Order: sequence, then C-alpha cells, then structure tokens
Amino acid sequence: MSATAPSRRVRLTPLTVRDYLVLLLAVLVVVLPLGYMILASFKGPGDLATTDLVVFPEVWQPENYSEAAQKVPFGRLFLNSGIVTVVGAGLKVLLAILTAYGLVFCEFPGKKYVFWGVLATMMVPPQVTALPNYVFISSLGGENTYWGLILPGLGTGFGTFLLRQAFLQLPYEVIEAAHLDGAGHWRRLWHCVVPMALPSIATVALVNVVYEWNDYLWPLIIITDPEMMTLPRGLTLLQNSESAASSFGVLMAGTVMVLLPILVVFALLQRHIVNGFTQGGVKG
Amino acid sequence: MTAVTTKRPRQALSGRRVREWLIFLAFVLPNVALIAVFIYRPLFQNIYYSTLNWTLGSKFATPVGLGNYRDFFTSGEAGKVLTTTGIFTVATVGLTLALGLGVALALNRRLPGAGFAQATVFAPYILSGYGVGLAWLYIFDPNIGALSAILRDIGLNSPEWINSPPWTLTMVIIVYVWKNLGYAAVVYLAGLQAVPGDLLEAADLDGAGPVRRFFTVTLPLLSPTTFFLMVTTILNSLQAFDLLIAMDKLGRGARTLIFDAYLTGFKEQSQAGYSAMLSTVLFAILVVLTLVQLIVVERRVHYR
Repeated sequence: MSATAPSRRVRLTPLTVRDYLVLLLAVLVVVLPLGYMILASFKGPGDLATTDLVVFPEVWQPENYSEAAQKVPFGRLFLNSGIVTVVGAGLKVLLAILTAYGLVFCEFPGKKYVFWGVLATMMVPPQVTALPNYVFISSLGGENTYWGLILPGLGTGFGTFLLRQAFLQLPYEVIEAAHLDGAGHWRRLWHCVVPMALPSIATVALVNVVYEWNDYLWPLIIITDPEMMTLPRGLTLLQNSESAASSFGVLMAGTVMVLLPILVVFALLQRHIVNGFTQGGVKG
Repeated sequence: MTAVTTKRPRQALSGRRVREWLIFLAFVLPNVALIAVFIYRPLFQNIYYSTLNWTLGSKFATPVGLGNYRDFFTSGEAGKVLTTTGIFTVATVGLTLALGLGVALALNRRLPGAGFAQATVFAPYILSGYGVGLAWLYIFDPNIGALSAILRDIGLNSPEWINSPPWTLTMVIIVYVWKNLGYAAVVYLAGLQAVPGDLLEAADLDGAGPVRRFFTVTLPLLSPTTFFLMVTTILNSLQAFDLLIAMDKLGRGARTLIFDAYLTGFKEQSQAGYSAMLSTVLFAILVVLTLVQLIVVERRVHYR
C-alpha cells in the first residue's frame, strides 16, 4: 500500500487493481456492443424477435449477408466506396502535398494570406456548403455520378495544414543541396521532400481514407441511384426497406460490412491513425 | 490575428521572380480553386439563399430579406432547436471530457496492456457514425434489444428510447459519448505525460494525498489540454449528423440545428431558404466559437 515507493514493476496495489478495473471496463464497453453487432448479424428471426437476451445465435444464419446483398447491391456499394475512398483520398493527399510545397518552398507576395484562406476552410463544416453545392453539382448533371460524389470534397485545408507543418521541419540543407545540384522544384519535391516527409503524408492519407469511407451527408444528398451509392449511404436504403423486428439481422450484416474494413485498417495501422486524428484535432 | 509584416525593400520585377510566382501558383492553384468553388462560393451563396423563400427544386424564389431569421427566432422554434442543440452539446462535451480524463488517468499508469486498451477505446472514434448508430439502435430497441432484456432482468422497464423525444435525445447522447470518448482519452493522456513528475513528488512530500494532488497539481496543469478538447469537441458535437439521423430518422428527439437544417431543406417541405438560414446560424456560432478560441489562446493558454 505504499504509494511513496515508486517501482518499475507492477505490484498489485489497490491503485493498480483500480486502474486495471477502469481499463477493463472501458475495453468491455467498446468491445461488447461491437461483438454483439457481429453476432446479431448471424441471428435468424427466432433469435431476434424475442424479448430474452440472446448473445450467441441458436442457429447461425449467414444468409443475412446474402439477403442484405439482395436488397441492396452490396458488392457494387463496396466497389463504389472503394473507388471514392481511393480516388478521393489520393487526390486530396496529392493536392495537399502540392499546396504545402508551394507554401513552404516557393516565393509569392501575400503567401501568408493564401495559407490563411486555406486554413480557414477548416472552420466551414460540409453541412453549410451542402445545399449550394447540391444545386450547383446537380445543375451540371453530377447527380448519381462518381465525379459529382468526389469533386466537391477535394479542396483540403486539413491536409495542407498538417503537411505544411511537416515540410517546415525538414532539414533545409538537404533540399538546398539538391537545389545547388540543379534540381528544379518538381525534382526537389518528389526526390527530397516527399521521401523525407513520408510518415506525415501517410498520416494525412489514412485520416482522409477514414473520412472518405465514412462520409455520409454528401452521398446522402447527391446519390439516389442504388447502383451508385457508397456503403454508409446504402445502409440508409437498407434501413428504410427493412422494418420488421426480425430484419435487424440483415441490417446488422450491412452494418458489419461498413464498420469491419475500417476496424481492420485500424488494427493494422492504429498508431498512425491515432496520431493523425489527434494532431490538429479536426476530422477530414 | 493582425498581419505584422516586415516590409522588405521592393526588388525590381525580374523575370526570375515572376517565374517563381508562377511556379507557386501552379503548385497551389488546383487546391485553392477547388476551395474557392466548393467552399467559399457556396458559403456566401448559402447566406444569399437564407434571404429567400424558396422550395428546393423550384425555379421561383421570393426574396424575403431577414424574414426567415425573424420567423425562426420569433416562432419559438429557435428556442426548441437551440435548446436541443445546447443540451446535446453540453452533455456530450461534459461527459466525453470527464470520462476521457478518467480513462486517461488509468492509461497513464502504463500498466501492461495499456497500449491495447488505448487503441481499443480509440477505435469507435474512426467508425462510421451511421453504422455505429444502427448497431446501437438494435441494442437500445425497447422490445427486443439487449439493454431492455438486461433491464428487465434486474426488474426495470426499458425507457421508451424510440418514441419519447427526451429519451431519444438521451440515447443519442450516450452513443455519441461512446464514440468520442477515446479521442478525449488519448489527447488527455498526452497532456498527462507532460505533467512534470517532480511537481507531483513535491506535493506528495508536502503531505498531499492523491486526490488533493490531482485537484491542486494535475488538473490545473491540464487546463490547456482541457481547453483544447473543449473547443474541438464542441465543434464536433455541433456538427454531429450521421449518428443522429441513424438513430432518430425523423428528428423527433435529437433535432439539433444541423439536423434541422438537413430535414427542412432536403426532406419535409424542402424549404431551401429556411434551411440555408439555419446553416448560416450554425456557421455564425462556429465562427464566434473559433474567434473566442483564438483570443483565449493568444491571451493565456500556451500549449506545446
């Protein structure tokens, strides 16, 4: 019980026990609902439409997944989400790299104001621009198209901000040496700056991947054709087409398809993702 | 945020300098153009829309000046929507910070397994709000949900999570906190690791117990972190949307400002002008909060 003697080894003091209980509770609070969701996606009507607590399905019914895929073209939605995520996040990262490079390594009068103008966009939530963008994009025929889905979200304040910070911290001598060797801006960018800033670029990429995969409001507004929907958008369709209590199995199957890919990516790269989301404290 | 530029002596416009400017523009222009067209243009257009009586999809709109604003603030709707927004924001921010700090304190002991716990607690933060909402909707279902079964086992009736607006709002708050708690925990953990150990030891030698040490040393030193988290979580809560619409499709209990703007503009009567007014009000609130943050940061809080 002596809290005064600091020790590197873990002793089972009441404090340690208390902290373990807190952590255990926190982990359970996160894991149990997600686990329950996954189990529910395999439940048949009998296990669903009951007031009793059924944790494990009595009869495993993987047909929920094929049924969900019948009601909503999930294969196609996966593809759409994949395209939007890869293209959207990829272009955003590219734009952020170019903008940050210009802001850090090029000369321009009033460069600072350009930076502020880009930075200030982080204050504008997509919901505020949604209505005029919808009017604009649909007038151009962008409803139910990939470009209509991707284009309006491409301008990036967050990525520019983060990469500018990263580029400012790079060893200037290396880039200057390349300059003296006769390397132009383009060469310096791709042969010096990008390789050195790769961890930051990866972080920005991951944050954007997560953001694009989960994005909901814009796809909700601009896409009405099931064939063009992204996964979260398709869930809405599934939710609207299902109303009976027993249909939760199908709905949970759809939800698992939306949540699981991000969970897998997170499990593999959690350190980078946590860093990305806690730097600057903004999403997207 | 006033510009303090030290004017350099103007150099003659040489071809090289102009070339350098053009290179800058080539690098920056794609992003800046997209931002101008898809963020700044609609931002101002939205303010213009807010002065119209206009149904989405209609070719005709009547200018009504500040009529939409007047209707909103005098009809009692403002009171209702802003109260819901306020309750949702204050409750989610307060609970997220308090619980996040609690988890961070436990994580800070760096017990074996703490890394795993940290990653697990953070995970919901990056999940789709819509998916999370649906997963919890099944748990909260008053008839067949796991929660109602558990409550029944201990002799309680499940609240009407779906049909009673105050309970719906409560449910949404709980799930939103569940989703965001890990973010606060990780940021608080970073703040805790910056608290100098010798200060805590000094307080210990002065006879301060752990509770007293926490309140007199740790918590005050964490105030920049708390402030930062408060600002970011307030901004996030004000923008919460997909989780809300997943759990409360018609906006009967959790109709916050942003949710109201969506429902009035794109659903219900498609009142685009009125909806634009609502999102303009939301934007004004966000601007004020951001300015307050900038002023406070300049004045006293120094982080990093």
